[in-house]
Amino acid sequence: MSVLLAATAAILFGLGTWLLLQRRLTRIIIGLGLIGHGTNILLLTSGGGGGLPPVIGSGEKDDFADPLPQALALTAIVITFGVTAFLLAMAYRSWQLTHDDVVADDLEDRFINARRNRDSDVADVEGADLEAAGDSAGDER
Amino acid sequence: MNNALVPLPIVLPLLAAALTVIAGRSRVAQRVITLATLAGVVGVSIALFVQVDDESVLTMDAGGWAAPLGITYVVDRLAAVMLVTSSSMLLVVMLYAIGQRGAESRHVGFSPIYLVLASGVSASFITGDMFNLFVAFEMMLAASYVLLTLGGRPDQIRAGMTYVVISLAFSALFITALALLYSATGTVNMADLAERMPQLSGGVQAGFSLLLLLVFGIKAGLFPLMFWLPDSYPTAPSAVTAIFAGLLTKVGVYAIIRTQTLLFPPESQQGTTLLLIGGFTMVVGVLGALAQDDLKRVLSFHIVGQIGYMIFGLGLFTVAGVTAVVFYIVQTILVKTNLFLVAGLIDRHAGSDRISRVGGIVRSAPLIAAFYAVPALSLAGLPPSSGFAGKFALIDAGVKAEQWPIVAAALLVSLLTLFSMTKIWAGVFWGEPEVEPTVHEGRTGAGPPLMVGATAITVVLSIAYVVFAGPLYEFAERAGNDLMDPSVYIDAVLGVDR
Repeated sequence: MSVLLAATAAILFGLGTWLLLQRRLTRIIIGLGLIGHGTNILLLTSGGGGGLPPVIGSGEKDDFADPLPQALALTAIVITFGVTAFLLAMAYRSWQLTHDDVVADDLEDRFINARRNRDSDVADVEGADLEAAGDSAGDER
Repeated sequence: MNNALVPLPIVLPLLAAALTVIAGRSRVAQRVITLATLAGVVGVSIALFVQVDDESVLTMDAGGWAAPLGITYVVDRLAAVMLVTSSSMLLVVMLYAIGQRGAESRHVGFSPIYLVLASGVSASFITGDMFNLFVAFEMMLAASYVLLTLGGRPDQIRAGMTYVVISLAFSALFITALALLYSATGTVNMADLAERMPQLSGGVQAGFSLLLLLVFGIKAGLFPLMFWLPDSYPTAPSAVTAIFAGLLTKVGVYAIIRTQTLLFPPESQQGTTLLLIGGFTMVVGVLGALAQDDLKRVLSFHIVGQIGYMIFGLGLFTVAGVTAVVFYIVQTILVKTNLFLVAGLIDRHAGSDRISRVGGIVRSAPLIAAFYAVPALSLAGLPPSSGFAGKFALIDAGVKAEQWPIVAAALLVSLLTLFSMTKIWAGVFWGEPEVEPTVHEGRTGAGPPLMVGATAITVVLSIAYVVFAGPLYEFAERAGNDLMDPSVYIDAVLGVDR
């Protein structure tokens, strides 16, 4: 495996993971894109080094590049493309609904959190706010 | 050796998905096509089930390219029993979705996408190729994204976002694992991988075993990777949640069972790790369930708890343990689907699925209460339910393997599950609502005939499962023997005279 390609994959994975951990949806999507590229490079390098195009009759068996990882990478690219498009559509829908792209905490988790605070007689303000907020799950935390 | 029936559970729903798109103008035509196809898949699965019990492994090489070059489709006993269970659940839930207002009827895309999901689930069970397994998972997941967010409501989008992002992270990890597997062994065919795995050093084998466990653990909802599950499942229409809860996590468990038993030789199987993860998964699952108020979320946490039991059985790596898992996984699919269908009926009847806002259903709709009682007892594992047989087999296997801590954890979790189920019973079926329901639609009766009928079928199936527990357990034992002796599978795929 070429060191340069391996390093590229590692950098893409690292950056992607960092972006994935952000709260802004746009960054998460870009992070997923970077990780996807990292995995594709990893797939390509898994077949060993380069070589001739694998066409029968154009050379010796050992000179050919391994076509299987390329086919796998193509499939993976198509799938990642489709799902990313869906994710973007969903992010747009989320923007339409909330005019924000921060991923909100789960509503139910906040209910339970608020209930714990109520049980221990800590300020119940947040709990009451949440009850009032009802189903508008998109509000800023 | 090619068996023409093998690819049908994948091909039929895909073709039907195309047809239902064409027939999009007529909801009736869509329903006829969908139900006929799903019924056809049930028929094919049963035929495969009967056949596989005689021949133990059926294979089919796509395009006539023999393994390990081509993509192989393999049905062994475990795959066959999973196929029968999943296809019948898909059919029953489709009936329920047609009956439910706001599920199938609302969107023209429901039937095609549901069929793609069905095809992806079958493909995950049938494929004998790691990369093809990835494609199958993606088919299933892509369909599940759409089904989860079809309504476009704010809570669905929020929950869907978590679900899609975590699934994409899963896909990236899966491809990474595939790339590493391919560079280490030069193949992605499962049987071929199993042949070549012993040539790698022990540390690399253990690394792959844990990497694959991590990958499928995300989808199966193992501790500590299960946090997305109870957040995302409950927001979809009940029919969709039922199929997700019943099937999708179990496909992850199936992939764990398949890879851990087939690919790795006994010395690199991670028994202790699996037992630890299994134990934590069940405890966290049941404790999470006790904290919740929303009925569907309680049940979602129980999914996690049940997964823990399966991992516990697998982690024993004995024939008795794996047999118990095979028996238990089928039972769980039936019971979980059933419970979520009942939750949908409760939601429709009372206008809410918060335990604190619902009450007295045992008087207003006794049928729902009866439908709930059967699977709830089964989930808790009380005799004479089907859950008792499954859990008894698991704990018996644990005792034989002398894994006392996990046996103790399993028994404790069972008790807590029973407590959680009675909490639901006391809150939903007895007593008055604590808080006046904000939306009370004042519906009477159990529900539309299709919804009630579909739920009744799952109840009958789960009762039938305990009535026929004897022969079914013997079948599970044969499946467990196959799983613990991978040479049967490998010989069938690669040929005996290799």
